[in-house]
Amino acid sequence: MAERHRQEETPQAPVALDDRGHALELLLPEVLAEFQPEVGAVVDLVVAIVKPQDVPAICKLAKEDPRLSFDYLMCLCVVDYVEHLQVVYHLYSTTMKHMMVLKANVSPEKPSLPSVTSMWAGADWYERESHDLFGVAFEGHPNMAPLLLYEGFEGYPGRRDYEMPEYREW
Amino acid sequence: MSTEGQLDTIQMMVNMGPQHPSTHGVFRMVLWVDGERVVDLEPHIGYLHRGSEKLCEGELYAQIVTLFDRLDYISNLNNEMLFCRAVEKLMGLEVPERAEYIRVILCELNRVASHLLFFGTFGIDAGAMTPIMYAFRDREKIQTMFEAVTGARMMHNFIRIGGVKSDVPEDFGQRMRVLLREIRQGIDETDRLLSFSEIFLARTKGIGVIDAETAITYGMSGPVLRACGVPMDVRKDEPYSVYDRFDFGIPIGEKGDSWDRYYIRVEEMRQSMRIIEQALEQIPDGPTITPTRLVLRPPQGEVYVRGENPRGEIGVYLVSNGADRPYRVKVRPPSFCNLMALKELLKDTYVADAVVILGSLDIVLGEVDR
Repeated sequence: MAERHRQEETPQAPVALDDRGHALELLLPEVLAEFQPEVGAVVDLVVAIVKPQDVPAICKLAKEDPRLSFDYLMCLCVVDYVEHLQVVYHLYSTTMKHMMVLKANVSPEKPSLPSVTSMWAGADWYERESHDLFGVAFEGHPNMAPLLLYEGFEGYPGRRDYEMPEYREW
Repeated sequence: MSTEGQLDTIQMMVNMGPQHPSTHGVFRMVLWVDGERVVDLEPHIGYLHRGSEKLCEGELYAQIVTLFDRLDYISNLNNEMLFCRAVEKLMGLEVPERAEYIRVILCELNRVASHLLFFGTFGIDAGAMTPIMYAFRDREKIQTMFEAVTGARMMHNFIRIGGVKSDVPEDFGQRMRVLLREIRQGIDETDRLLSFSEIFLARTKGIGVIDAETAITYGMSGPVLRACGVPMDVRKDEPYSVYDRFDFGIPIGEKGDSWDRYYIRVEEMRQSMRIIEQALEQIPDGPTITPTRLVLRPPQGEVYVRGENPRGEIGVYLVSNGADRPYRVKVRPPSFCNLMALKELLKDTYVADAVVILGSLDIVLGEVDR
């Protein structure tokens, strides 16, 4: 969908991290040093942008490191930025009560990245849904069958360039 | 040993749903059974997929509230509040105190209504036909109250970005106190009728057990997770709105079986009513909405907002590029995650228990499929 009434300069939402967020923002580059993540903050969340092939290793580290202990996969989704697709993981720790966002950019032509179902069983349906709606293939997922759409559905309806079919009376 | 007189058993595939009264909507699962035991199952969802998230990308911010109404259609107000909070956070919008109190009162009342529905339908799932009559009697009173305040029984579109649509009626406080007294009586009555009934206990105790660790890896939340003994509740962990001003408890279970999941909801109704009573005491006078422009253009950025719905933790991931419509809206539906663990819950149980276990998760397909 084309952005209507786009303003000349769009203001940025101000960053307002809480104490847990500040601590995490300092800690993340240290713990994930070998993967060289781009750590930043958007509004009240700590965001780390990483390479897609590193995602499982980072997730494993994030789950097992006692300083992070992200044991809960809050949400997994894909955002279509036209020039690339962004896979977004919201991770939460039930013990430390902090949260981080992990992002990985993949190309829209043949998007694929490794699955995280072995870390969190809860990633299962999210990954299937992302495959349905955006066509992102998750390597190593046990069952990539369509979840929300029916078998044989053409196209990826979540993407920005998807054109809605005309409504027809049957 | 002779095999004479012994019957061969074969694995049989049983299709349950999508049109099945115990699936609470259009949900289908394929069960592979060996005699009476469930060997494997495959849940199928998507029958109600309307593409709500995609539809949000084409609507103005104020219009999206109505789409959120239709996700979890049993707890509309909780959903509305979540989306409004997300936009308010992105824009840094202050909400008047009175509006926050009205929101909390209505959301908690919605929680009671939602749990009452569960109460009745779970009774039916376990074979008790009477409780739903009592539960619906009380739920009807709440729906009437909603109608008086918002003008609609469901799909209220009452909570707006920056506050609420209008102030409550003048006799609201008085009517609420009468309503609370009646519901409390009703809950005690139904509790006596169902909760400790010998047959009901036999059908639910020790059925569909899940341990805390597994529940967490599946991303379960709400009463289902709290039944495993994990005291996770967004209202306590990350108090939003005015929840930090109330004194209320988080009921947790011990075993993580179907009965715990059931009884936690009964206790939660009592806690919700405590919150409403305190809110009615504390509610200040004042405006009920911060005036905003009709067409909102939040700044560029993204937020993830969490909220506690009757069914568990709901979240919304809102990405804005500064336009009048959101760039991306992603909802984390609690039922979706709870339903994912069904495979784990149903393995090696009896077919007859499948309905009870599915009922104890209290799913709403509107938000599972979106």
